[in-house]
Amino acid sequence: MPPARVVERQFVRFTRLQRILHICMIVSFITLATTGLTLKFSYTRWAAILSHLLGGFESAGNIHRSAAIVMFGVFVTHLVDLYKLKKREHTSWRSLILGPGSMVPNRQDLSELIATLKWFVGLGKRPAYGRWTYWEKFDYFAVFWGIAVIGSTGLTLWFPVFFTRFIPGSFLNVATIIHSDEALLATGFIFTVHFFNTHLRPEKFPMDITVFTGRMPLEELKRDKPREYEALVASGQLEEHMEEAYQPIVTRTIRAFAWAALTVGFFIVLWIIYAMLFAYR
Amino acid sequence: MARTTLRHLGLITALATFLVLSERPARAADPPGAECLACHGDKGTTTTRAGKTVSLYVDGKKFATSVHATFGCTGCHADLEGKDFPHPTPARVQCGTCHATEQEQHARSLHGKAIARGDALAPRCVNCHGNHDIYPVKDPRSAVAPLKVPLVCGQCHREGTPVSRNRTIAQDNILENYSESIHGEALLKKGLAVAPNCATCHTAHLILPHTDPASSINRRNIAATCTKCHSQIEIVHRKIIRGELWEKQANVLPACPDCHQPHKIRNVFYDLGMANADCMRCHANEKLRRARDGQSMYVAAGDVSHSRHNKVACSQCHSEVNVSHVRPCETITHGVDCTSCHEEVGKQYTASIHGQLTGKNDPNAPTCKECHGTHGILGKQDPQSSTFAMNVPRLCARCHREGQKAALRYTGMQHEIITNYTESIHGTLLKNGLTVTATCTSCHTAHQILPRTDPASSVNANNVPTTCGRCHHGIEEQFENSIHAKRVSGYSKPLPVCNDCHTAHAIHRTDENSFRLNVMTTCGRCHEKIAETYFETYHGKVSRLGYTKAAKCYDCHGAHDVLAVTNPNSHLSRANVAATCGKCHAGATRRFAGYLTHATHHDPRKYPFLFYTFWGMTTLLLVTFVVGGVHTLLWLPRAFQMRRELRDEEEKAAAELGKPVHKEGPDAQR
Repeated sequence: MPPARVVERQFVRFTRLQRILHICMIVSFITLATTGLTLKFSYTRWAAILSHLLGGFESAGNIHRSAAIVMFGVFVTHLVDLYKLKKREHTSWRSLILGPGSMVPNRQDLSELIATLKWFVGLGKRPAYGRWTYWEKFDYFAVFWGIAVIGSTGLTLWFPVFFTRFIPGSFLNVATIIHSDEALLATGFIFTVHFFNTHLRPEKFPMDITVFTGRMPLEELKRDKPREYEALVASGQLEEHMEEAYQPIVTRTIRAFAWAALTVGFFIVLWIIYAMLFAYR
Repeated sequence: MARTTLRHLGLITALATFLVLSERPARAADPPGAECLACHGDKGTTTTRAGKTVSLYVDGKKFATSVHATFGCTGCHADLEGKDFPHPTPARVQCGTCHATEQEQHARSLHGKAIARGDALAPRCVNCHGNHDIYPVKDPRSAVAPLKVPLVCGQCHREGTPVSRNRTIAQDNILENYSESIHGEALLKKGLAVAPNCATCHTAHLILPHTDPASSINRRNIAATCTKCHSQIEIVHRKIIRGELWEKQANVLPACPDCHQPHKIRNVFYDLGMANADCMRCHANEKLRRARDGQSMYVAAGDVSHSRHNKVACSQCHSEVNVSHVRPCETITHGVDCTSCHEEVGKQYTASIHGQLTGKNDPNAPTCKECHGTHGILGKQDPQSSTFAMNVPRLCARCHREGQKAALRYTGMQHEIITNYTESIHGTLLKNGLTVTATCTSCHTAHQILPRTDPASSVNANNVPTTCGRCHHGIEEQFENSIHAKRVSGYSKPLPVCNDCHTAHAIHRTDENSFRLNVMTTCGRCHEKIAETYFETYHGKVSRLGYTKAAKCYDCHGAHDVLAVTNPNSHLSRANVAATCGKCHAGATRRFAGYLTHATHHDPRKYPFLFYTFWGMTTLLLVTFVVGGVHTLLWLPRAFQMRRELRDEEEKAAAELGKPVHKEGPDAQR
């Protein structure tokens, strides 16, 4: 019997499906942003170059809509997953929504927000966050909001002839503004605030790959989510959530991908700033 | 000889005796001049004058039938009236006694003057008309009957006669040439008595040299002479010349004999020979130079013979030549005036800017020859011609290319005309050999070139649609019914015409991207706001990215048939708009067409919906970014603090273990 390798056991934070969905989300989101912004910032030289690189505006449009389908797919899959979760672990939607692992903001989040702000200005200690912090919940629902708003207006613009059977033609103009500005909000927010909160934050710098591996060192769990850790220890369920860490080759691959996504996002932010501040018409 | 004379004298004496005896009874019944004919009726009657024997015979029969029969002998030989035999030598008969006019004309004619000079060869009345056998001109027996006139004149004016050898006569082989001419052929060979004989042109008695202004064949009079018969000849020549000018400007225009050479007249344009050969005697010399300025006066014979004017004689253009001079060209004082023949073109040219400049003696002004050349002139259908369609741009470029004289004095907006034209659709087609495409002259005309500011100019804004419409007729029709036509819009400000959108010289294919993408800017020159807002919508953004598939101005509004959207015929009228959108958006409805293609979210009054949506979204964006940004900035110091603490902890843990922990390492297993 060959000697067994002693591998670090790590806390599992995300399921395989969740990790896959996040990767799909990254790919589709960056694709949507890149292709969409060529149109929004059509007056910049950059946009024309990108549009040609993407094979022309029609090709860019097709890529944009394909990515949108992927994102819709991510969204629907997540909803289905939520439904399965409810069936598996909850007796009712109410328990899913109000339960301890819920993404829905609650009173605890409000007090943690206040406590966090106090900590920021030196009026208290860092709060003992649970499984989901309030900013993570904000990001989560921002995606819901974004998909609803951008998705619906996007569909309208995708099938204008069909939708103008029900709405006036000028609503297409309104939909364009909403679609494009909301997309700008989403892009800007994800590539700055979300990137900072989860990756570029000094104590995580250069990045946190938990969402790709699904695992985080126990130490980190203790430090970042003390309330969850304590609850798990108290209930004696911690060991159920521990699994072996990935091989270095896997983490290196993941880092390479994450770096690429980060870099693209970073350049898109630069382009937005340039287009909005220096080339705006 | 002496013996014969004596015998004659004897006879005369016998006759005279007989006549004297029978004088009275015979006179009443005898034919006229019977008394004289008693002697002169004998063919043997002769006398000696200046040592020569001269017959004194008179054919009594002929005399009796002649016009003068009733006058008897003494009617003409008046000085013998009442004289008895032997009468003295009679004086010369004075025809002028009766024929005063003819006598007077003859005295003024070159024949009469020669007689006055004592020229023994000069013809008198009898030389042409005969003496005792004179018949009416219309009588075929007359010596000067039309059919005989050439022979009468030819007695002297034929080769080899003393006159032809000893007198200076400009023409040679006159009788031969005449008899071979259409006139001579008709008269002599076909017996057409009305065909012109010598006297028809030269007159019968007042024959004068052609240099004499009073001569019927003088340059000034020859047209009148010829048109006596050829009265409708103008019609034949109208396409090149107005016949009346032959008489009015006989000094400038070619005269009949310039083409139809005297005596050799054919019923076809005569092959040029003599006149040109005369010129070429000097001008074929390559070294021939003008004394005044040393300019070469050499004329390459091949140039003319291969040219459009190969049937035109030198003197027809260089019309001031005078053949009676040794150097016929010494009388030339003016340059060639092409308008003598090309009158209409000449008028156009004079009115054109080129002609105006010529009128001002501007050294830059092009005259006919600058474009058409001189002796080697070719028709515009000839590919070798400088005015052949494919060569026209090169021709105009000689002056109008950037840096050349016309371009230098030009102050307008058009630059790089030639380059732009060459690269244009017209220029490209021309280069590919399509000669019907537009060249410089198609738009500017060949001879009526005027600056576009001139209302008469073919490229004046008011005339441009017509000019372009000469080829692009269908488009002109559409345009003339569009809102851009003054007639339709009634708009007083300048409206766009063809070149405002298509440019003047750099005209590109409208299916080229460069044109399609620039059209918005083009329309935007006037429709400023609407073009600007177009770029804020999907169509405009795609166009701005450099793609032509999204709708551009003309895709919706029409290109040449633009109409106000309120016009029921407009592509965008209530009835048509859905179909117009449907060209790209299959199934488009009226409501779909409600999409605002020129919308802007910057106008709260016109588009409140868009304005408030935009500012609502912008507010949302700003608030979110400000909150997120402040949260992040506040977090930053704490995050750095945490990082430091983490490092410290790690270092402490490492120090406790002595070295970094390697749980996975093989050492750890042992």
